[in-house]
Amino acid sequence: MSRLSADIDDRIRTGARLTWFTFAAPANFYRLAGWLAPACAVAAALLALAGLWTGFFVAPSDATQGEVYRIIFIHVPAAWLSMVLYVAMAGWAALGWLLNARMAFMLARAIAPTGALFALLALWTGSLWGRPTWGTWWVWDARLTSELILLFLYLGYMALVAAIDDTRRADKAGALLAIVGVVNVPVIYFSVIWWNTLHQGSSLTMGAAPKMASTMLLAMLLLTFACWFYAFAVVFVRARAIVLEREGGTAWARALLAPTAGLAPRGKQGT
Amino acid sequence: MQWHDANEFFSMGGRGGFVWGAYGAMALLMLAETLLALRRHRAARAAIAERLADEARARAAQVRT
Amino acid sequence: MNGGVFAAVYLRDLRLAWRRRTEAALPLAFFLVAASLFPLGVGPDQQVLRLIAPGVVWVCALLAAMLSMPPLYAADHADGSLEQLLLAPGAGLAVAAAKACAHWTISGAPLVVGAPVLGLLLGLPTEELPVLFLSLLLGTPVLSLLGGVGAALTLGLRSGGMLIVLIVLPLAVPALIFGAGAVSAVDAGLSASPHLSLLGALLIACAVGAPPATAAALRIAIE
Repeated sequence: MSRLSADIDDRIRTGARLTWFTFAAPANFYRLAGWLAPACAVAAALLALAGLWTGFFVAPSDATQGEVYRIIFIHVPAAWLSMVLYVAMAGWAALGWLLNARMAFMLARAIAPTGALFALLALWTGSLWGRPTWGTWWVWDARLTSELILLFLYLGYMALVAAIDDTRRADKAGALLAIVGVVNVPVIYFSVIWWNTLHQGSSLTMGAAPKMASTMLLAMLLLTFACWFYAFAVVFVRARAIVLEREGGTAWARALLAPTAGLAPRGKQGT
Repeated sequence: MQWHDANEFFSMGGRGGFVWGAYGAMALLMLAETLLALRRHRAARAAIAERLADEARARAAQVRT
Repeated sequence: MNGGVFAAVYLRDLRLAWRRRTEAALPLAFFLVAASLFPLGVGPDQQVLRLIAPGVVWVCALLAAMLSMPPLYAADHADGSLEQLLLAPGAGLAVAAAKACAHWTISGAPLVVGAPVLGLLLGLPTEELPVLFLSLLLGTPVLSLLGGVGAALTLGLRSGGMLIVLIVLPLAVPALIFGAGAVSAVDAGLSASPHLSLLGALLIACAVGAPPATAAALRIAIE
């Protein structure tokens, strides 16, 4: 294992500072993500338990919506995270393009499916909230519609990188698309709000969330952080997989697997 | 705590289907995503190990000939 | 931007399209046929058709524009002439701009002309036809510019056509909203000028932002 983190160990030994660029090396990132992922998973589980407890056993019923409002405790985190993850994905892709750092590209690719999942969940939970509250399974209000378009943006990114066989080209094309997307998101959001207010006569809105008691807010916050840590954990695991998929031929990756394969690593061959 | 019994909790004021449909989907999909990611990582490791094993076999065959 | 390359590419694409006039007319045919499907699917009720007409015309224009963009790049890419074109300094921007202009001239402009006819077919009152015309006049260039980005990103890919639609459609939503909204506004007795102004602003933003993005995408695809 020390072979894997020789770089990090060397730096620590010689007193050199670990810079952000240390983890631009896939080998170092792999090791870091290896212990960050479980740590984040534990944090996510604890926060989720706390949030769910607060949401179901501490927060009171709502005067107008009764119990069904409790969906908001997962709807809002899902929506918020889908947006944050899109920006993060675009940011990492842009960084990768700027600095020609393939680890950044790998991170962007790792984030996409999780972001898309949260967008989907935001739509699903939103629909289930809307049905009993407003009578229809789907409402073309500004927020839900923007969320749908965000899902399309994610799917477009994932489809594009999947369609291009050449990894370098796929990385950069995806980065360009993500950047174009993130620049357009405010415009799209504005236009959707515009569209929604225009057709106000015929449309329903999701309406205001119920007046939030502080316990409700607390539950929502706890679950938001839980989803946040969950996202970190899953993205780190997926990123580790991507690193191995791409860097499988390198010495450090082979050294990593050599003990389990019962073989000496390449370097020692010949003795 | 405002739930007088388990039934009340699960029915969620008659809207249990919606509430648990939402939370259930969330839990299910997040679990599925986690498992898929872990499986992808495992598969990547296995691919490298297999490649190493193949190379070792090739080397052994060369030594013999 | 390399003016020589721009002129050369633009004129060449027009000449090529003229030689294959039937193929060049396909987007227009698609536009008309696709839009005519809606009454068949929705029913001939005049009231309903009048309400959905702006949206239907705009969506069909959007699809026609998206689907007709890849061929503009595909032929040049296949025979290697695209790589040659991009060798000259400042060529990327010129090629992107020229292709977008050519696309608009070949497919966009016919859509603009055909739209009022379609509007009539779908039961739009005559007062609203000029607005429809104007909204598409401003909007189809936006679609050509955005389509260029999509076509460059998906250059040479097997799934090109569908992929472009998936990629570019979210980006085209504002244009769709402002464009179709302009006509709906007039239908509701309001002014279309806020919509058209926003559409104009969108056009300017795309004219400035899309060609560099397309040029970058071309570089990525070629290298």
